[in-house]
Amino acid sequence: MSVPLLSVRDLHVEFPTRRGRLKAIDGVSFDLAPGEVLGMVGESGAGKSLTGAAVIGLLEPPGRIADGEIWLKGERIDNVSRKAMRQIRGRRIGMVFQDPLTSLNPLFTVGDQIVETIMTHLPVSAREARDRAVSLLEAVGIPAASKRLTAYPHQFSGGMRQRVVIALALCAEPELVIADEPTTALDVSVQAQIIDVLKELCSARGASVILITHDMGVIAETADRVAVMYSGRIAEIGPVAQVVKAPHHPYTVGLMGSIPSLTGSVDRLVQIPGSMPRLDAIPPGCAFNPRCPHAFERCRVERPEPMEMEGSRVACWLHEAGDEAQTVAEQGLAGRAGGER
Amino acid sequence: MSKTIAQIRPAETGKAVVEVEGLSRTFDVSRPWLNRVLERDTRHFLRAVQDVSFEIARGETFALVGESGSGKSTVAKMVVGLLPPSRGAIRIDGLDMQSAQQAHAMRSLRRRIQMIFQDPFASLNPRWRVGRIIAEPIRAFSLEPDGKALERRVGELLSLVGLDPRDAKKYPHEFSGGQRQRICIARALASKPEFLVCDEPTSALDVSVQAQILNLMRDLQDEFALTYLFISHDLAVVRHMATRIGVMYLGRLVEVADAEALFRTPRHPYTRMLLDAVPDLAMTGTSRKQVEGEIPNPISPPPGCAFHPRCPLANDRCRSEQPQALAAGDAVVRCHAVEEGRG
Repeated sequence: MSVPLLSVRDLHVEFPTRRGRLKAIDGVSFDLAPGEVLGMVGESGAGKSLTGAAVIGLLEPPGRIADGEIWLKGERIDNVSRKAMRQIRGRRIGMVFQDPLTSLNPLFTVGDQIVETIMTHLPVSAREARDRAVSLLEAVGIPAASKRLTAYPHQFSGGMRQRVVIALALCAEPELVIADEPTTALDVSVQAQIIDVLKELCSARGASVILITHDMGVIAETADRVAVMYSGRIAEIGPVAQVVKAPHHPYTVGLMGSIPSLTGSVDRLVQIPGSMPRLDAIPPGCAFNPRCPHAFERCRVERPEPMEMEGSRVACWLHEAGDEAQTVAEQGLAGRAGGER
Repeated sequence: MSKTIAQIRPAETGKAVVEVEGLSRTFDVSRPWLNRVLERDTRHFLRAVQDVSFEIARGETFALVGESGSGKSTVAKMVVGLLPPSRGAIRIDGLDMQSAQQAHAMRSLRRRIQMIFQDPFASLNPRWRVGRIIAEPIRAFSLEPDGKALERRVGELLSLVGLDPRDAKKYPHEFSGGQRQRICIARALASKPEFLVCDEPTSALDVSVQAQILNLMRDLQDEFALTYLFISHDLAVVRHMATRIGVMYLGRLVEVADAEALFRTPRHPYTRMLLDAVPDLAMTGTSRKQVEGEIPNPISPPPGCAFHPRCPLANDRCRSEQPQALAAGDAVVRCHAVEEGRG
């Protein structure tokens, strides 16, 4: 593999509180190749949004990067000054947030906002910037784009607003786009359109994407690789087909089985007992051990590090044992496949 | 003309617990009188629900699906009696909910209908202990003779939904989202209802927790022979839960069919579009059919069939004439194209 576009090494994010430091992200490492789409899934509080925020340097204080390194094309970006980070943010890394209404300024027209962003980052004249804005709005599928430049955000529907936000994120031709739950606030029929626009535009411009969502269906269709997060750590990361069809980590197995499917109806969904631990009560050893049906002694005392496994990296002790994990994955899938007609 | 929805009986010929006929609800969204006079504006009405008819048999799960603004929650509110309908009738066990004379009968009817809401964070009083929250319906309908029995019953309900009876002493903020939804379910079951209206009960929850709640709801249905009206925008969840499904678009029921049939042979173009649009795990690597357009503004819906601007099969008749609900195979569909066999 060539030099990765983005390389996150042993990232730790902490929140100091009166009752001690909460480790919201606890040793996350991954690489992102140029043009690749990496999906990040996990339940709320797993740390997927925080990982995105850390990469783009938008952690809300008192949250801070306690340890680890973030490299963008061989250049370290986690310890640069705020001013230098502002040059990178928007120019080299674009961001699409969940709620299109709050990420646009209601007092400025859509055209003003896009032109301003273009002129901040690129050495172009006002006229050129305007032309670029029009072609961007056309590219994201807004009809009569040149007329819509003078419209305010409230004059757009939810789906159209999210298209504007995507245009904003892409307007300085960034190398990396971080999309944090870009379709959660939208209806299903619109969601499909937005995902298509995002995917097409990024691949046309050669931009890599980190797609953060809790919707496995969206990931399954869009991403090249997927990282499953649990309690601030990556439980499993690998090619999307591998993770969806033959997951290795017991949490991924449970997660996949708990999703109701459109294609086959099972009588009972796979149920992971309990819920994700709170940040101040993460159990020793593997954070998943209290909910894991296969936990044994070692899981309760020693924390597993990600291990190579058929093209994926899986943080689970079952893998050291070898065969056992294979059985786990097969059992989980058998339960799911059994319900299909 | 062939049969209308109301004439078609549910698949299981069990007696219908809930009959909804020609239900409509209009909201006045006009500007204040003075503005209307000064700015020569007319009154505006939003037709949230128009001419919706369906029946739910005992022990059945009838699901309403649709995107936001399609009117599914408004139907739910009318069915439980939180909102009076503008037109149409709702009968529970043959008893009309609108007739005011039957105030006494209404009271006993209310005990038998309960509701589970979408947001478990907003639907529990943060200042009340869980025990008091669950005991409220029991007290309101005087179902237990004394405090001891009441306490025992609350404990039973808590263990029924998978919580500890000692949790009655705690406050709602001490629980996670999934546990709170369990408390809401315990409260809904407290008055021993037969009919539960569930408005997006799992859309605020994570998938693994959603699976727990859906499994719990199915177990409870088997145990107490509950009848559900299940509202959701998530087709996969609906497929998992429902025996029959109604698809809503801009206030109208465009298709009603058995769950199996709806997913096997969706008939209405909107249903087909919805099924195509949903990202699914099985779809890895395959490309999806492109979906066009968005839901129009319900204050000024398009004439004729409201779906025609997005419909690939639309013709002149669709643009001018509102389609009737007609039987098509084992489903009831409102679509000219299906009726004419153009689909």
